[in-house]
Amino acid sequence: MRIVSNILKSLVILFTMPSVAFANKPTDGGYWLQDAATPVMEELTKLHNFVFWIIVAITLFVMVLMGWIMFRFSAKRNPTASMTTHHVGLEVAWTIVPIIILLVMVVPSMRLLYFQDALPETDMTIKVTGNTWNWEYAYPDFPNVESFISNPLEKEEAGDLYLLKTDAALVVPVDTKIKVLITSSNNLHSFAVPAFGVKMDAVPGRINETWFEVNPGKEGTYFGQCSELCGVNHYKMPIEIEVVSKDEFKSWIANDGAFTKTLTSNYTASIEAQD
Amino acid sequence: MVSTTYDDHDDGKPGFFARWFYSTNHKDIGTLYLIFGIISGIIGGYLSLMMRMELAEPGIQIFENGHAYNVFASMHGLIMIFFMVMPAMIGGFGNWFVPIMIGAPDMAFPRMNNLSFWLLPVALICLLISFFVPGSASGNGFGGGWVMYPPLSTSGAPGPAFDFIIIGLLAAGFSSIFGAINFITTILNMRAPGMTMHKMPLFAWSVLVTAFLLLLALPVLAASLFMLFTDRIDGGTGFFDPAMGGDPEMFQHLFWFFGHPEVYIMILPAFGMVSHVVSTFSKKPIFGYLGMAYAMVAIGVVGFVVWAHHMYTVGMDVDLKAYFLAATLVIAVPTGVKIFSWLATMWGGSISFTIPMQWALAFIFLFVIGGVTGVMLANAGVDVALHDTYYVVAHFHYVLSMGAVFGIFCGFYYWFGKMSGYLYNKWLAAIHFWLFFIGVNVIFFPQHFLGLNGMPRRYVDYPQEFELWNQVSSFGAYITLAGVAFFLLMLIEAFIRKRPASENYWGEGATTLEWTLSSPPPYHQFNTLPRIEENDEH
Repeated sequence: MRIVSNILKSLVILFTMPSVAFANKPTDGGYWLQDAATPVMEELTKLHNFVFWIIVAITLFVMVLMGWIMFRFSAKRNPTASMTTHHVGLEVAWTIVPIIILLVMVVPSMRLLYFQDALPETDMTIKVTGNTWNWEYAYPDFPNVESFISNPLEKEEAGDLYLLKTDAALVVPVDTKIKVLITSSNNLHSFAVPAFGVKMDAVPGRINETWFEVNPGKEGTYFGQCSELCGVNHYKMPIEIEVVSKDEFKSWIANDGAFTKTLTSNYTASIEAQD
Repeated sequence: MVSTTYDDHDDGKPGFFARWFYSTNHKDIGTLYLIFGIISGIIGGYLSLMMRMELAEPGIQIFENGHAYNVFASMHGLIMIFFMVMPAMIGGFGNWFVPIMIGAPDMAFPRMNNLSFWLLPVALICLLISFFVPGSASGNGFGGGWVMYPPLSTSGAPGPAFDFIIIGLLAAGFSSIFGAINFITTILNMRAPGMTMHKMPLFAWSVLVTAFLLLLALPVLAASLFMLFTDRIDGGTGFFDPAMGGDPEMFQHLFWFFGHPEVYIMILPAFGMVSHVVSTFSKKPIFGYLGMAYAMVAIGVVGFVVWAHHMYTVGMDVDLKAYFLAATLVIAVPTGVKIFSWLATMWGGSISFTIPMQWALAFIFLFVIGGVTGVMLANAGVDVALHDTYYVVAHFHYVLSMGAVFGIFCGFYYWFGKMSGYLYNKWLAAIHFWLFFIGVNVIFFPQHFLGLNGMPRRYVDYPQEFELWNQVSSFGAYITLAGVAFFLLMLIEAFIRKRPASENYWGEGATTLEWTLSSPPPYHQFNTLPRIEENDEH
């Protein structure tokens, strides 16, 4: 039985290679934001890059100025110090100029904030509950789909995807505005998917909401990790989201939350691996 | 002023025990605070070294489980903040030099000063005990982070470990409140004749603003700790328990109402010290003195109305987030005034690159980096990607581990001869500086990359993609460790060789009152109060 499941698993891995290419997760030695899969993350990346160049410019300006001062006014080159202690124009300038820079920054910043936060008309809702230490997903729009728990896979099963891969991914359709309701059954958690630009705390006694819409053509498996300290296994409650085409999602729903055998998805792989 | 010898005082020289344990002398208490800060720094540093060793590669190597790691992370934060930075800066340098700089013989309430100090060792012992008593089902100690959010600090940590932390932090909090009362009273009432507020040295200004922040913020921390305490009792209150009508997010608001001013409590005294050092070694008075003083006041005031920028992802109303975004960005303006005023102080000066000046220059540069990443994080929209990732860790270590700590070392090397009476070895001090400078940058710069790429904070183990930068970061920890070793070596060497320091060993640039006294100053200074003349510089 074990051999069969192993063969099945490797076959499935082979077939899922194309979707792995789309998979979004941290990159090896990566030093930048993960690739955007949603409009919110696209806007977020744009604003990040905009602010990034501003702060790099400021830092370089201060660095060059400081280097020049250290060179020009060292005791060797400038043995007698001036005694200037005031210059109104200069002092006004270095108050006004930062204000202008901040004003330039605050406009796109506010635009992103409201775009992110103002919930559009959504097409479907999923409910996410943080437990210690796993995530539970429910589809209130589809009563036939039972809510299920997504547990992290151990190292032997997850392989290179250890601490990212789960035994049951959250399945969502592409190109659909999805409302996410987030709560917690005990400790604080945070539902975070970097490629979606989503991070929302799961708070007991509260239902927080956020939304995402995966861009067309961005089907694949996405990974996130719990982002609010929640105890001993905080590091070990990953989030795995499988984004499928609308048709696939329809059949997934029709099958009461299961892919048909013909679909080679990570989801079936893990199900079969468990048998 | 005629300087007198160290042993010349009115009451006879107290014996060792009476001098160090019953001490009411601001300089001796300052020394105790500094020694305490160094000891706590070594403990806190050990904790961080263990964490970096754990994170050097994926997998769990050193710690028993995630809880043990969380305990180390939580205690590292608490010990470094409450028992290293605050005692060293405010208790140590504040006690030593605020009375001298304003021309006062001592602090206003010397006996309360003694109480302030001795509450701290008690508090630290409570924290250390908490390591070894049951915390949660997963092991000993408290692993809920230095922010102590419930429910992880209430139902999530049923053992006595967290009770010890509450007691310890309350003791440390009272210590700070007493200290703040003492500083405010001293600075407002005991300035020498002619020393108006607008003639007061900037370090005294910085401690004054800090003391007000302490006085207003710490009672809120004390109250929220009490609320946690009563919430923890079986059949007790339910302030933060949704099952009893409470709300865990209320604690976060209360905590950060204290926590954000706390950030400025840790950095403002460094601003003051850096100002003196920059001015001394540029041989120029501070540029834009009034702007510098009121920039600190502005930072202090605005620091009280920006707290929820630590909470952008808790599910706040969007308009509220917009307000906190805007208010937070405002802080960049007075901070910019300070940076540019330091540069302008150096402009036209005659700069000598002594050890304290190197620390000050590094402080300015690294604080700029930490500051601009703060501007990035202030943008609530972008913060969604960066909140609770290593980007935040990098940011606040750039302003604290490099800002506050570089400020402390800057002051330490500036005043070491004045406090001890001995000169340090320049080579040992230079090696300390360079190892430390390189080390902390290697630790924390790559953490920006980790954060951008999505690595969450407080993880004992991580997906393999994060390995590279974690390895680099851990390597930096070993460089920094070597730097700390040279710091201790420098201390030992200075006390063995005993090269005497003169009254004003920095020369003409050092103009504040401590340079008119012997090194070390007499046990009681200013038996005749100094008189500040109209045209004296700051």
